[in-house]
Amino acid sequence: MAHRERGDLDGRADTEAPDAPDAPRRALRVERLGCARGGRWLFRNLSFELHTGQALALRGPNGSGKSSLLRQLAGLLPREHGVVEGAAPASLAYLAHQNGLSLDLSARENLALATRIGGHALSPAALETALEEVGLRQAAAMPARRLSQGQRRRLALARVRASARPLWLLDEPTAALDGDGEQVFARLLTAHLEAGGLAVVATHQPLALPLPRCIALTLGPASSRPASSRPDPDIASATAVSAMESAP
Amino acid sequence: MLALLHRDLLLAARRPADALGPLVFFALVTCLFPLAIGPDPALLAVLGPGVIWVAALLAMLLSQYRLFEADLADGSLEQAVLAPGGALAVVAAKTLTHWLSTGAPLVVAAPLLALQYDLAPTATGVLALALLIGTPALSLLGAFGAALTLGLRGHVLLALIVLPLCVPTLIFGSGATTAAQQGLAVGPQLSLLGAALLVSLVTLPWATAAALRLAVE
Repeated sequence: MAHRERGDLDGRADTEAPDAPDAPRRALRVERLGCARGGRWLFRNLSFELHTGQALALRGPNGSGKSSLLRQLAGLLPREHGVVEGAAPASLAYLAHQNGLSLDLSARENLALATRIGGHALSPAALETALEEVGLRQAAAMPARRLSQGQRRRLALARVRASARPLWLLDEPTAALDGDGEQVFARLLTAHLEAGGLAVVATHQPLALPLPRCIALTLGPASSRPASSRPDPDIASATAVSAMESAP
Repeated sequence: MLALLHRDLLLAARRPADALGPLVFFALVTCLFPLAIGPDPALLAVLGPGVIWVAALLAMLLSQYRLFEADLADGSLEQAVLAPGGALAVVAAKTLTHWLSTGAPLVVAAPLLALQYDLAPTATGVLALALLIGTPALSLLGAFGAALTLGLRGHVLLALIVLPLCVPTLIFGSGATTAAQQGLAVGPQLSLLGAALLVSLVTLPWATAAALRLAVE
């Protein structure tokens, strides 16, 4: 089978050393990871490292492999090429395009059961707090079917937040969220990173992180804007930590 | 696993039509045969066990093609596969829920419907017992087929995959009932039926889990 090469793959990352006093702990390492779908490479030889308290903003045009990378990290797609360290199923929480909600169950039931299935049951009080945090206290008893798309996304974020897992893998977490919802998300993510967590976030929007904790990685053809020229305020200095190979 | 079971039972309770449908189908099909064949008690007693078993088999399959479909569509299947229990816990919870909501009602209803076929009381008892042993095996087989065909359009494939695999269960199940009707020993047939259940139990959940992991890829 001939792989049609996408020779101009462009993966770069901008990074800044965390300003923590102690040496940063490497928590997620990806080395020479590749993903082939339907007979062609989405990306190859992708390498990056993520330290505790850091988030990776994953960018790139539609179809550039952001979701596939997240699914590989989550272990849903096989990691046939390359090495991934630090992404054991028990240490990660994955938020896909779908929210993973059962539409016939209420918001509260969804969150309670999802956390129990994930092996970290919440006390009733913690459950209410988690719902409150994402602004769903009022809608808690409504079946998920009646919730708006944005409310469902909030509920899915509450599940990730309640999972207490160190590595968050988020696929377009702010899709369908309103301005307030985006702030809720930024709060949750910041708290998670401050507590020493990690996150890989596929997003088209700048991550509103007030901390110099964000590195960016752009997937996709070189025609897309390279990461180093992005005006994101959250990206301080640029160092390419991953280079792409153009030919086999 | 318990949390998954809780969720699936809760979902089954929220959608009672999913569980009632197969039961009504089973009752209707077993009622149609006496109407079509005519009031000949001797003939009905001969046909009865086979008809009831085939109706039970089809009723179980009818409800099974969407066993994992809703969960795949809303993304909760992915989440459950990533959870500590993994795909095997999903299979166990789904299959058990399916049997409780579909198989168990059939076992309860079968003796009542058997009245139409003029089965002897012992034969009716054996019929219920054989269904009690056989329907879990059918649930396991149906779950396997549902996982294999997950994400495909059309559900004929499920029937084509699963129906041949159901043959041993069908033969031993209706054979036991027929033997009881004729006053023969039912032990061997029921033992073989139990063996079919055990073989299904130790092989199919793993195959089903593997198929689920492929489906969420």
